[in-house]
Amino acid sequence: MNQLVFTIILIAAIAILLRSFWQIRANFALTRDVAFDGQVMKRLRLTAKVALGQTKILRKPFIGLMHALVFWGFIVITIGSLEMVIDGVSGWHRSFSVLGPLYTLIAASGDIFAYVVLAGIILFLARRLLMHVRRFEGAELTKANKTDAAIALGFIMLLMLSLIGLNITDVYLHGSDLPGTYPISAWLLPYFDFSTIDARVMYRFYWWTHILLIFIFANYLPYSKHFHVFMSLPNVFFSNLNPLTYLPSMPEVQKEVALMLSGNAYNAAPLEQPQRFGVKDVEDITWKNYMDALTCTQCGRCTEVCPANITGKLLSPRKLFVDIRARMDEKSKNGSGKFLLGDYISKEELWACTTCNACAQECPLNISHPNLIMDMRRYLVLEEGDAPDELNAMFANIENNGAPWKYSAEDRLKWTEA
Amino acid sequence: MTKIDVPIMAEVSAQGHQPEYLFWVGCAGAFDKRYQKVTRAFAQILNAANIDYAVLGTEETCTGDPAKRAGNEMLFQMQAMQVIETLNGYGVKKVICTCPHCFNIIKNEYPELGGDYEVIHYSAFIQQLVDRDQIKVNLEGLKNKRITYHDPCYLGRGNGIYEAPRKVINHFNIDYREMKRTKSFSLCCGAGGAQMFKEAEKGQKEVYEERTSDVLATGANIVATACPFCMTMLTDGIKFANKEEEVINMDIAELIAQNLME
Repeated sequence: MNQLVFTIILIAAIAILLRSFWQIRANFALTRDVAFDGQVMKRLRLTAKVALGQTKILRKPFIGLMHALVFWGFIVITIGSLEMVIDGVSGWHRSFSVLGPLYTLIAASGDIFAYVVLAGIILFLARRLLMHVRRFEGAELTKANKTDAAIALGFIMLLMLSLIGLNITDVYLHGSDLPGTYPISAWLLPYFDFSTIDARVMYRFYWWTHILLIFIFANYLPYSKHFHVFMSLPNVFFSNLNPLTYLPSMPEVQKEVALMLSGNAYNAAPLEQPQRFGVKDVEDITWKNYMDALTCTQCGRCTEVCPANITGKLLSPRKLFVDIRARMDEKSKNGSGKFLLGDYISKEELWACTTCNACAQECPLNISHPNLIMDMRRYLVLEEGDAPDELNAMFANIENNGAPWKYSAEDRLKWTEA
Repeated sequence: MTKIDVPIMAEVSAQGHQPEYLFWVGCAGAFDKRYQKVTRAFAQILNAANIDYAVLGTEETCTGDPAKRAGNEMLFQMQAMQVIETLNGYGVKKVICTCPHCFNIIKNEYPELGGDYEVIHYSAFIQQLVDRDQIKVNLEGLKNKRITYHDPCYLGRGNGIYEAPRKVINHFNIDYREMKRTKSFSLCCGAGGAQMFKEAEKGQKEVYEERTSDVLATGANIVATACPFCMTMLTDGIKFANKEEEVINMDIAELIAQNLME
């Protein structure tokens, strides 16, 4: 009976999750395609280092280590969650115990990590709710964003509490017959009084609470900034392998320039107008930009180091990706008449960027902010002719004199004289 | 000052010689009054080390970098194609750049447009000359000076060159200090991404003020830079903070050139 109920709930949870993924897939289909470079081995190494090794989040040593422990704990505990799903369908108890000594390792580290993750999450909640950490503030972090952050942490906290309850009651019920080792739970067991309660009922309660929380949390994630638990690994895998300041040239412009330089621009058949030049709305961004937006967990490490933001300008690199996600959600519903550039992101934000790449350097998941900003500048300049006056003057100088200032090429050797 | 002898590519080429290096001077290197001195300093170093090089002189033109960063891809590619045609015409193989923005764009963004060169930043080049004793420098020339170094974004974070300029500076017997935000954590001077050519957006202060406060906190007498835009911004920042008596901004090439021994 229990198995049947569990299986039905499992199928329903997966079905709802797939439906959410289907919508996200449809959003990806709206975006611009860029070819994959096929550098799989290089990318796997990068993923091992940055995602699994957490090298970039550790640039903040203390809080980075807390996150790394939570992340590594999450991986170990996920093995336990898979076991619970198999137990639930089959009606077995601790089915992975067939793994023998390896199971002892999985169970022991899972138990230890449950407490470590709980401690980490309590610290994270305290930082979010009690302390005023500057990077958790900002115009783009609305009340809804902050609630979302607290809900995600709340879920994880309840997940860990139910897992700990599960382990302690299981140790109580089976003693030394229990497969695996649960060092901290076994150590804590004497502090719990089981005389007035039915431990079997408690065990079922914790088991069902934990697994149902997993199903609910998994289905909450596609609508949360915490979707990064799904996206972080693929996002690092597909991230930029080039130097940070590399900005790809636009191939569609290359064709036009080739025509102009060959002097055939007026005779040639009109080029097939591709999409628009640069980025105005979410259909102009690449699938990787959208993946960045789904990956961003709004930690604010980018905004915290942004020279424009530090000195009080409107630009906040984090906001770009919060905006992309919001605009994509809107666009997939009805969304006509509005645009990413203009209705969400202002020109003032875009022109404040120094392209210093401090944001991209700091992003623990290798999101690239400056290149997106320059793609939006490309739209403004190439499609609208809309640049600040001083920049238009700079363009004119380059066109006329081959230098961004008003000096003649004839004077290019003056430095040898004076 | 007297005129310094600099080989011009067109002339050298007409004599049937192919110089080993092209020294890419850049627009700031050619026209910015302050930075012209840095260009001179680096040319002096090249001459002192008897390097086989040439400059394009009047044939040089903007790489297109500020246009590209400001969104004008069309203008950028027109400039890039022109530069690549000139360089390929002379059969250039190795390019030395002083400006990190020129360095970045020629090294990373010209190959896909048909311009493939070995691109060297002058900081790495000077380091090599010093390491191999190709130039003699008075190591006591900056004695009792406290020096700090500001990382240009397009050199450091952009292309991972953190050590070469530091090695050049620390070659001298000096009191070297890092700023609190340094290397990959370094703060921008505020001029990148075409900001050099426009007023900053509305805010509480200028980025160069913020960065200058990092410089001043080290108590350094000299803040060394390796980028023309950083030089403009930090020189302004020091002026703005009224600290011109206490600290001066110098390029790493100037530190070496002023202490060259015959």
